[in-house]
Amino acid sequence: MKRYLTFVWDCVRLSFVGDWRYHLWMTILTVVALLGLYAYCQQLVHGLVTTGMTDQVSWGLYIANFTYLVGLAAAAAMLVIPVYVYRNMHLHDVVVFGELLAVAVITMCLLFVTVDLGRPDRALHLFRRFNFPISMLTWDVIALNGYLLLNLHICGYLLYCAYCGRQPARAFYVPFVFIAIVWAVSIHTVTAFLYVGFGGRPFWNSAIIAPRFLASAFAAGPAFIVLTLQIVRRVTRHRVTDDALFTLRRIMQVAMIINIFLLGCEVFTEFYTDSAHVASARYLYFGLHGRSALVPWIWTAIAFNLLATFLLVLPASRALRTLNTACVLAIVGIWIEKGMGLIVPAFVPTPLGEVVEYFPTWGEIMVCLGIWAFGLLLYTIFVRISVPVLAGELTYEKRYGVQAP
Amino acid sequence: MNETQPGQGGRAGDGGPQLTRRGFLRKGAAAVGGAAAVAAAVSPLRDLPGDDLPTFEKFFQRHYKEMTPAEKEAVLRRVEREVKEREGVEVRVGDPPPLTGVEFVYALNISRCIGCRKCVHACVKENNLSRSPEIQYIRVLKMEKGSIDLETSDHHYDPPVVPEHDSYYMPVQCHQCKKPPCVKACPVEATWQEPDGITVIDYDWCIGCRYCEAACPYWARRFNFAAPEVPAGQLNPDMGYLSNRPRAKGVMEKCTYCLHRTRRGRMPACVEVCPTGSRKFGNVLDPDSEVSYILRQKRVFILKEEVGTVPRFFYYFDERGSRYHEPIAPVEPGTADGEAGT
Ligand code: SF4
Ligand code: SF4
Repeated sequence: MKRYLTFVWDCVRLSFVGDWRYHLWMTILTVVALLGLYAYCQQLVHGLVTTGMTDQVSWGLYIANFTYLVGLAAAAAMLVIPVYVYRNMHLHDVVVFGELLAVAVITMCLLFVTVDLGRPDRALHLFRRFNFPISMLTWDVIALNGYLLLNLHICGYLLYCAYCGRQPARAFYVPFVFIAIVWAVSIHTVTAFLYVGFGGRPFWNSAIIAPRFLASAFAAGPAFIVLTLQIVRRVTRHRVTDDALFTLRRIMQVAMIINIFLLGCEVFTEFYTDSAHVASARYLYFGLHGRSALVPWIWTAIAFNLLATFLLVLPASRALRTLNTACVLAIVGIWIEKGMGLIVPAFVPTPLGEVVEYFPTWGEIMVCLGIWAFGLLLYTIFVRISVPVLAGELTYEKRYGVQAP
Repeated sequence: MNETQPGQGGRAGDGGPQLTRRGFLRKGAAAVGGAAAVAAAVSPLRDLPGDDLPTFEKFFQRHYKEMTPAEKEAVLRRVEREVKEREGVEVRVGDPPPLTGVEFVYALNISRCIGCRKCVHACVKENNLSRSPEIQYIRVLKMEKGSIDLETSDHHYDPPVVPEHDSYYMPVQCHQCKKPPCVKACPVEATWQEPDGITVIDYDWCIGCRYCEAACPYWARRFNFAAPEVPAGQLNPDMGYLSNRPRAKGVMEKCTYCLHRTRRGRMPACVEVCPTGSRKFGNVLDPDSEVSYILRQKRVFILKEEVGTVPRFFYYFDERGSRYHEPIAPVEPGTADGEAGT
């Protein structure tokens, strides 16, 4: 127990130690996170009027970010598959980084849902009357929190073993790794089902949403990790091979192509049928009754996604610079598509045919940036701690000169 | 911060700077600066209205369905007290139970409705709906003749007199669905269907996630994005716990068929006020009720039947053309007939 506490204490201590770049980066993130907290406090005082949401468009940026991040979190853990199932050891190093990313991202997801609540003070009502299994939201609560715990356990256990200088016992983490893989599919699917289950929202009421979630997550997740790994290997002594990056590239190639194929299926079904149900899609892609706030966004997203796919299939993306460009394009493209492009148009027009547009306010944007900054802060700390611990540079023995029993 | 434990040897590896005076001062300054920044970030909370912070009693209040009669009584009195303190008005908050053998349904005659919106504003007054920001449970759609496509409807029509030529009007409010998706959606069971068919919300239980609002195919739910405002002089003092008592910011609300009236044998406010008699309300289980007659005899239809929520709200039209009604001025908020008047 005492050893565990020293482990936690060393982690805390370590997160304050670094060179000037580290301190600068952490200070910037802290400032942005605090600005977000400020905006959120204002929202607490005045209510959700401080956001751009209305009775017509009752979910906005918060839920959009939430949706995107669920995908990111799930994809992170699925990187584990090649390692444990196919024994592709190129990825072995990156698994812990992937799972730590999942932890940080799920935390962000939970924060995004919390800031979206009108009465966060009553969140405990979930424990006192839980509409399970009828409400899909309760499924999501279980899926996300379960996933968070699983990944915390896996990363925490591996790091703690490295700290104690002993070999991790497979029985203590391998089963959990496999559960986490299945669970990762479930957080996606459940989150997609959150939207698809209602006849009153034809834009969401489509079976293709869940598979598209998976495909786009498999593109955005690895893209994010490719970038992170390069930063990690530049600023720390941790070595990441190019091969690991290229394995990720291959995953992205396939995922991007499937994603674009599914998008095509969806667009065809909507527009070829051309029934009354197409209104939301028409609003999204072309504008409706002269309202077209989302049109530039979605075409940007489509352009980015197409370009990213094109770059990825070219052999040129074996050059890191091209690969990085493709990653950035995919991350931004999918963020728009999964966020603004999936959540907002379902509310336009309303079930009664009214067209009211949604424009996020600065307060809302600040809260979102704050949560992103907080998530990055967490992830930076995780990486900061795990690199020396995994490398065996920080162990109980070295700290206190006694062999851990 | 970096104390080494005696007898355990020096620290190796990734150690921090030693505890020197300068280091100590720098850390102290950083800690003070950090604390100040956090304090500044949460400073808006100074303006948090006092009644936003739940008291012990409110925090541990049980779900409506779990309350004992004594607890419910205490809650009703507490709500009365709160209104008295805040608005200086004496009100009565009751909780009439659903009547046995009663299932309420609504029938609306679209060949008679002239789109005057008197129902909208009678509802606002009766149910203590927020005047600012404006919340209304009833939306009257002006429809093009020959089309029932909601997308071509006009929500914000504003002519000097109604009805207008070549249009008909379709008021929409909560349809009190028999298979309500809003109830399915709610993660905390803050909203449920009562035995008499009315779907209600416990405003003290709702967490404000707005999932039900996304689920409703009739756009019947309204969220309190800000603290609702009703001028004290215009409060309707006859309140029901599950219907028109004051709501707080951050919770959902919707039409309850005026259950504080209808469960006591009165008609909903919108029915009473309608100048054309287009609105009919009653117990569908009673074969002699007017609504039963209408459902049997008239040409009845359901809006968006395809979404399958089985509404208890029906539209119908007369067999022999609509009865003629003299054109009248529609109600606008703030005019003599609207907000301030009567
Ligand atoms: S109309 Fe909407 S709010 Fe009313 S019961 Fe049906 S789904 Fe629920
Ligand atoms: S807003 Fe309130 S009533 Fe609606 S689903 Fe959420 S908790 Fe339930």
